[in-house]
Amino acid sequence: MLFDDPVFGSRMLTMLTLSFHIIFATIGVGVPLMIMIAQWIGIKRNDPHYLLMARRWAKGFVVTVAVGVVTGTAIGLQLSLLWPRFMELAGHVIALPLFMEVFAFFFEAIFLGIYLYTWDRFENPKKHLLLLVPVAIGAAMSAFFITTVNAFMNMPEGFEIVNGQLTSVNPLMAMFNLATWTKVTHVVATAFMTSAFILASIAAFHLLRGSKQTYHKKGLHLTMKVGLVFAIASALLGDFSGKYLAEHQPEKLAAAEWHFETETEAPLIYMGILDDDQNVRYALEIPYALSILAFNNPSAEVIGLNEFPEEEQPPLFIHYFFDIMITIGSLMIFLGLIYVIGTRYNWNWIRQKWFRFCILLGGPLSMIAIESGWWLAEFGRQPWILRGFMTVDQAATQSDHVGLMFVLFAILYLVLGIGVVVVLTRMFKQNPVEKDLASLQGGEGR
Amino acid sequence: MSYEILGMAVLWTFLFGYVMIASIDFGAGFFNAYSKLTGKEHILTKVIQRYLSPVWEITNVFLVFFFVGIVGFFPSTAYYYGSVLLVPVSIALILLAIRGSYYAFETYGPTGHNGYAFMYGVSGLLFPASLSVVFAISEGGFIEITDSGPILDYWSLFTSPLTWSIVVLAVVAVLYISAVFLTWYADKAGDTNATNLMRKYALIWAVPLIITAGGIIYELRWHNPDHLELIIDLWWMFAISFIFFIGSVYFLIKKKNYGWSVTLLFGQFAFAFYAYGISKYPYLLYPHLTVHDGFTNDTMAISLIIVFILGFVMLVPSLYLVFRLFLFDKRYIQGDK
Ligand code: HDD
Ligand code: HEM
Ligand code: HEM
Repeated sequence: MLFDDPVFGSRMLTMLTLSFHIIFATIGVGVPLMIMIAQWIGIKRNDPHYLLMARRWAKGFVVTVAVGVVTGTAIGLQLSLLWPRFMELAGHVIALPLFMEVFAFFFEAIFLGIYLYTWDRFENPKKHLLLLVPVAIGAAMSAFFITTVNAFMNMPEGFEIVNGQLTSVNPLMAMFNLATWTKVTHVVATAFMTSAFILASIAAFHLLRGSKQTYHKKGLHLTMKVGLVFAIASALLGDFSGKYLAEHQPEKLAAAEWHFETETEAPLIYMGILDDDQNVRYALEIPYALSILAFNNPSAEVIGLNEFPEEEQPPLFIHYFFDIMITIGSLMIFLGLIYVIGTRYNWNWIRQKWFRFCILLGGPLSMIAIESGWWLAEFGRQPWILRGFMTVDQAATQSDHVGLMFVLFAILYLVLGIGVVVVLTRMFKQNPVEKDLASLQGGEGR
Repeated sequence: MSYEILGMAVLWTFLFGYVMIASIDFGAGFFNAYSKLTGKEHILTKVIQRYLSPVWEITNVFLVFFFVGIVGFFPSTAYYYGSVLLVPVSIALILLAIRGSYYAFETYGPTGHNGYAFMYGVSGLLFPASLSVVFAISEGGFIEITDSGPILDYWSLFTSPLTWSIVVLAVVAVLYISAVFLTWYADKAGDTNATNLMRKYALIWAVPLIITAGGIIYELRWHNPDHLELIIDLWWMFAISFIFFIGSVYFLIKKKNYGWSVTLLFGQFAFAFYAYGISKYPYLLYPHLTVHDGFTNDTMAISLIIVFILGFVMLVPSLYLVFRLFLFDKRYIQGDK
């Protein structure tokens, strides 16, 4: 069969499901905030454009949420199906945030349901806006809780193993481990950033197609500004993540940076390829940069990969994921800055086709950065599933059918992915903004 | 009460909640597809969509609550069940995906497609069928514990009459619960045609329901006599359940008080479901795993319970709000809003 080794099969199936889920989860975390901002501005300035924006975003959002829920349920069960040994251990120590996450889902689902079906039921529009608050909080909290679990896998704390027996369990310490705060904040900030840039892409797309609507211009302006703020936050928090790694998980940073020998004044290696003797070729070397990234000090000593036994070294290809993430992060800050400065001084060329085309690319690129970041974080934990305690080989199921399940789920996600795109494009083609705006101007208000 | 029992009671309650709400949803999907095939679409579709669209994501969280909760309170279940359920649960997940995407793609999206509605309807019956296999497995006899972990004997599982009785019961129960509920809902909406149609379906499925339920008790005699004995000890709970069943069918036949029909329906299933749950005690997986050796450590148990209480306090008012808006608001049900 396809994957004779259940361990490899389980890893690939986990990767597949999570990489698909994270697309919808990111949108799920970020878009409620964007809807909230638009609706708030709309109410405050009494501007129907923003209200319509909120409404149209919400309409599309429902479709992505549905897929997020389906894939989330899949990964939730797959954790137990594919990693039974790990979940048995994890259940004893880190079940708390997983359990709390369910309540976050409840609130998100309940208030989203109410919000969507009550657009015209309230006399006071602010009350309707209030319904979004629990949706946004619920989504952010579910990201928070699940990321603490992931942080725990990188930095297991809050328990001891004495003679093979689990003792002194402290669920709160497990949850708020050393990795938690850099991870959580970076994940949430990047979700906000990515959602904003995806919505900006959509606005840019319509402007590129020749739409002259002020509606799209307002949308673009709003999303680019919010995107820029969170892009800067993401980079800062990413820098903290790097510092966390340097101190507590040096093997991951060393593998990501192809940093083999422990040394001071370490340079940062950008891209390049490795030859058979671990020599880096065709790379861009930035002197001192790695020491700065790791410790804010150009002469700091950075631990190299050779300090670790071979079987505990993460795969070296995570270097590319790291570089892709950082490149995209920097590009998006640059793009956002140019846009904001450009509109301020009324530069003409930010309204030109080629610039809008760059904005159009920004959304998908941000999503690629999210995927790269997670692949870096997850492959970089290898061979551990629970760093220092349990390897993936020990944790995986022994079932012979993992390969077949991989094929089934791959087909499923393909169908779902195509379905989402088709449904969303049809939905908005049948209800173009022009039509909605016309009915607004007709005094209908709905 | 010990933490084990408290934990199990909470989980069982949420599972019960899921079984009931989801059955309404699954059955509705099936009736919807069936009515499309037989050209009675206009009668049912509207009522069904009014009820279903706003609540399906909430329904799903009940399921998530159950499986996250059981791994939290009883981590060993992840090991025993996780190892053996890969195939049945993966299939269930794919069916679930068909259903979830149907809402997104059909309800919120543009025009419907009959083939999709059909798949949706059928998946609503296959999904409970595939999950109910877990109940059969929990009766024991299908799992062998080897050095490399538990292994499921598919052959004996799928040739056992017990398995098939449970599967059939699950499917019939889904259709029955859903039909009774929708009779009431359509009646509230003032849609006489739909009410009569659903009432007819409810009465049709009442008979097989009670036959299959009895059949399982008969099968257990061969498969797991210990369990049967415990069930017989709880005969009075099953008797109450049966009386409720008669009551709810009575109101259906008399064409009145559909509200009572639904109430008694919930009572009927509550008694049967809890009686079944109590009779399984203390086994989570007969005879390998009990609630006692599968239980988590005390610290985790206490924190989970605290979180549960806090969560519950916030959950109840919000659920109340949903019900008020979508279930008991006359104007919404009738489609004025
Ligand atoms: C839009 C997405 C995005 C962007 C622009 C960035 N990141 Fe990132 N990064 C993520 C999306 C992401 C992520 C998907 O959210 C990850 C994966 C796991 C995690 O904790 O966050 C992540 C992980 C991650 C890690 C690994 C953390 C760990 O494994 O514990 C480091 C060191 C950085 N990031 C550093 C950066 C730096 C220095 C950036 C500067 C521009 C940056 N990231 C931009
Ligand atoms: C949502 C974004 C995520 C993505 C895209 C992602 C991606 C991946 C990838 C690529 C792997 C395979 C790594 C390998 O086997 O070499 C993996 C493994 C795994 N991930 Fe993640 N991950 C994500 C988040 C999480 C979270 C939040 C958790 C925990 C709660 C988690 C738990 C696991 C587990 C248990 C494995 C299998 C063990 C392993 O291979 O290390 N993942 N994931
Ligand atoms: C191992 C990792 C993960 C598991 C087990 C998991 C589990 C789930 C489950 C069960 C659902 C469905 C909830 C429902 O029924 O309403 C869901 C949805 C969701 N998940 Fe995940 N998840 C994981 C990773 C992530 C990550 C890394 C994020 C955020 C960065 C995230 C954010 C969300 C959000 C916001 C939703 C709500 C649905 C949506 O809006 O798309 N999840 N997840």
